[in-house]
Amino acid sequence: MARALINVPAKAKRGEVITIKTLISHVMESGFRHNQIGVRIPRDIITSFTCTYNGEEIFQADLHPAITANPFIAFTTIATESGTIAFTWRGDNGFSAAESVNITVE
Amino acid sequence: MNAVRKRARWLAPAAVLLALAAVISARAEIPLAERRSGYADLAPDTKAMQDDDTSNPGMLAVLDGEALWKTKAGNAGRACADCHADARVSMKGVAARYPAFEPTLSRPVNLEQRINICRTERQQAQPFASESKDLLALTAFVGMQSRGQPIAPPADERLRPFLDAGREAFSRRLGQFNLSCGQCHDDNWGKRLIGNIIPQAHPNGYPLYRLEWQSIGSLQRRLRNCMIGLRAEPYEYGAPEYVSLELYLMWRARGLPAETPAVRP
Repeated sequence: MARALINVPAKAKRGEVITIKTLISHVMESGFRHNQIGVRIPRDIITSFTCTYNGEEIFQADLHPAITANPFIAFTTIATESGTIAFTWRGDNGFSAAESVNITVE
Repeated sequence: MNAVRKRARWLAPAAVLLALAAVISARAEIPLAERRSGYADLAPDTKAMQDDDTSNPGMLAVLDGEALWKTKAGNAGRACADCHADARVSMKGVAARYPAFEPTLSRPVNLEQRINICRTERQQAQPFASESKDLLALTAFVGMQSRGQPIAPPADERLRPFLDAGREAFSRRLGQFNLSCGQCHDDNWGKRLIGNIIPQAHPNGYPLYRLEWQSIGSLQRRLRNCMIGLRAEPYEYGAPEYVSLELYLMWRARGLPAETPAVRP
């Protein structure tokens, strides 16, 4: 199971710009490396990341082989209403991980 | 007869030179007040990465370790938590005291080896492989309970010969480059080796997340890196030579706060 660390403020004022930080454990094997006996190590990366705020997509990213292991993705949004911020990562070999956090907007 | 006397005549100045060399090498050790963690040499963004537990990738291993702490294993069907209960209490400051003397083996063991001894003897389970994900995770979890505590090597007389062996290894030249650890980390710390600042080489954040490795790794992995860099043949994982060196490095870093899981470039 992939472990993820999410940093979203629990409370925010309406209209405030909040920073969302996410970190997920993943090897991000590029597919360009070879092992000690010369056999190519197959690609195994996260290919897409999506963030939704109360069901509405607010951030989306495509990930590529040059991106580090355990990718850290940070971005900002405007706190509009209380609700759920959900995250989805998808990748090679059917990889899929999801996390969600609640935010209270006053 | 004559040859023996001749050798004896040569031995006296050699002994003086050796004594002098011992004085010089003793003086080369970094004074306690000037000791600083490798953290001080980090770029601001790497510091920020280590400081925030939600951006420090070492915390992913700590979370894995926390789960392992509570998982029953082996024929005994026991988890770490069944004997040691809450790690936040029972493991506080423990990592800062390792390597420690293990009476059954008559030599010091590091934290990884201690965990594996517990695993085979108390849990009656297969030991974790060196540098395996699970061993690093559990070590990082136990190590993090000492975060902020000063490194405090045990004042155990039985450790003295191993500490001396570690000190000797630190100043021994090795590899095709014919360099000792001390020539970089005692004599030239703070200067640059190519583009990188030479750190003082304090092991106060292991196991740590190294950006170059893109993973968490042990102090022995780091020592192997250094040895390969010197074009020397590294020891096998778990070799007593490493543990002696770890013991000396911890003694050398005494008083510095533990940072596990640290982040380094």
